[in-house]
Amino acid sequence: MFNLERWEEIFETISKNKLRTFLTGLSVLSGIFILVILLGVSQGMQNGISSQFQDDAANVIFVWTGVTSVEYKGMNPGRVIQLRNKDYDHITKLHKDELEYKSSVYRIWGGMVTYKKESGSYRVEGIYPDYQFLENQTLIKGRHINTLDIDNSTKSVVIGKKVNDDLFKDQDAIGKYVKVSGVNFKVVGVYSDPGGEREESRVFVPISTAQKVFSGANRVNFLSFSLPMEDNFEKATAASVDFSDKIEKQLKETHDVAPQDESAISVNNSLENAKRFYDLMGMIKMFFWFVGIATILAGVIGVSNIMLIIVKERTKEIGIRKALGAQPLSIVTMILHESIFVTAIAGFLGLFLGLVLLEFVGPMVETEFIANPSVNFQIAITTVIILIVAGAFAGFFPAWRAARIKPIIALRDE
Amino acid sequence: MIEIKDLHKSYKTGATSLHVLKGINFNVKEGELVSIMGSSGSGKSTLLNILGMLDEADTGSYMLDNVPIKNLNEKIAARYRNKFLGFIFQSFNLINYKTALDNVAMPLYYQGVSRGERLDRSMAYLEKVGLAPWAKHLPNELSGGQKQRVAIARALASDPKVLLADEPTGALDTKTSYEVMDLIQGINDEGKTILVVTHEDDIAHMTKRIVNLKDGVIIDDSYVEQVRAKDHV
Repeated sequence: MFNLERWEEIFETISKNKLRTFLTGLSVLSGIFILVILLGVSQGMQNGISSQFQDDAANVIFVWTGVTSVEYKGMNPGRVIQLRNKDYDHITKLHKDELEYKSSVYRIWGGMVTYKKESGSYRVEGIYPDYQFLENQTLIKGRHINTLDIDNSTKSVVIGKKVNDDLFKDQDAIGKYVKVSGVNFKVVGVYSDPGGEREESRVFVPISTAQKVFSGANRVNFLSFSLPMEDNFEKATAASVDFSDKIEKQLKETHDVAPQDESAISVNNSLENAKRFYDLMGMIKMFFWFVGIATILAGVIGVSNIMLIIVKERTKEIGIRKALGAQPLSIVTMILHESIFVTAIAGFLGLFLGLVLLEFVGPMVETEFIANPSVNFQIAITTVIILIVAGAFAGFFPAWRAARIKPIIALRDE
Repeated sequence: MIEIKDLHKSYKTGATSLHVLKGINFNVKEGELVSIMGSSGSGKSTLLNILGMLDEADTGSYMLDNVPIKNLNEKIAARYRNKFLGFIFQSFNLINYKTALDNVAMPLYYQGVSRGERLDRSMAYLEKVGLAPWAKHLPNELSGGQKQRVAIARALASDPKVLLADEPTGALDTKTSYEVMDLIQGINDEGKTILVVTHEDDIAHMTKRIVNLKDGVIIDDSYVEQVRAKDHV
């Protein structure tokens, strides 16, 4: 391997057969390049999908209502089901020991938030203090809604970072008064949310205040719960599916909704959703691996083909070399050494180009489902090595056969 | 230098067997310039291939410089070829992507001579055949006669015991043929043993001894008055 004479011989051969070298290199280069891009996009999708689940606590259960679609107990379909405070109280009392966080939410439609001359339309919701954790929010400044706010129905508001930036620019928002749909509220806190701008353009007030001020009476739009984390994903999913089923059943009973009615009362279990997404992601990953392996295979076949042609083309040269005293082994090593050298250079070049493309173009393609496409470097290196070894292996047999050809036969080949 | 006793060789093509050499007895002393003649199919090329260790005889013995050439595997055959023999082919058989100088240096590469020395020695042989100015040219930039002279320089490069020339003038016109023969005679004058396979009478008479083959046996083996190629150029 470190025979200087042989390296010289190889460099000479390579530099004087540029087209051949180029073609061999190109098939390897494009194979690795495509593989790196594929792996990058697959990783990007994985990142993108994972980040979709970062904005909410992982094991959150949402309950919302709609219109009945099934006739039940003599009542016609089309009945509007409305959640009320007593539903929330009932569930929280019944499952006090199972729940980690809990909140009901009353939503104020068409919420307009104004500070001096700045105003904007944001989602305005009345909540319980736990909602901060259910939404996975972190406070930047001040405090969140607390129990005192609920008990005293204070006119406090917590605003998202986006709202803060829109209305207050560089000013400190804490302690300032904003008008929420015409009513003055005091800003007590600013939060940020891993879900990004969409999640940060919301404002929250105590639910008790919201129901009083915005004529909500005892109406609630949806309920949100979370269960304590279990040791593993399977157990957590099972627990949360079990809990979802229980409260769905209870709510359907109290509201006289048919058990099979899907549209009247919906219970959404984020863990189950997550599991579905993780399964999907697994499938996508498998698909990418399949395509990737097929690409490598195509690359290997390409390299083998070229090796066959090279050896065929060089049969006469091999005959001459043998007549001049080349030993069979030196012929095989000459061909393999050359092919390994070319595939290695081309492979790493393809890897490098792929990584460069991901590095520079990657950050630009930030859709919701592809984030930060990158490649596991170890996997990429491994595939390059696999390709080189496979190429060498594929080249070995024709080289070996060529080395066994008697020189007279090779020389006769005009 | 070369001692051959009762050499037989046959080729099997399918069911039929073709008996090409039917008992050749033949000796060559050091410093001889021998031509092997015969019509096509007489077995002269087969004989040369066996002498060149490119092919192996079925039966009979072959001694080269007192070394028995027998049961060679590829590896040893390659080493012997490199050490004992220099080949000159009808179609030159130069490596087309290497310069004249690098072509001449090839046998030395397989002898493990270092690059610097290889090129020095090759250059000396190119000078000897009068092609030093063309050292950096590729074979396709050379004329037929020049190619054959590069091939001769290459055959000499490893300083072999015997030069084997298979129809060395077969692809050349008469004038160039004589130039090449002049070169071969010059090398022989310096004491190198040379075997030339040819079917041309005039070329054969430029050697010192003519061996005539017909149907796999030697029908005539006689020393002749050497015609100097220089007189005809």
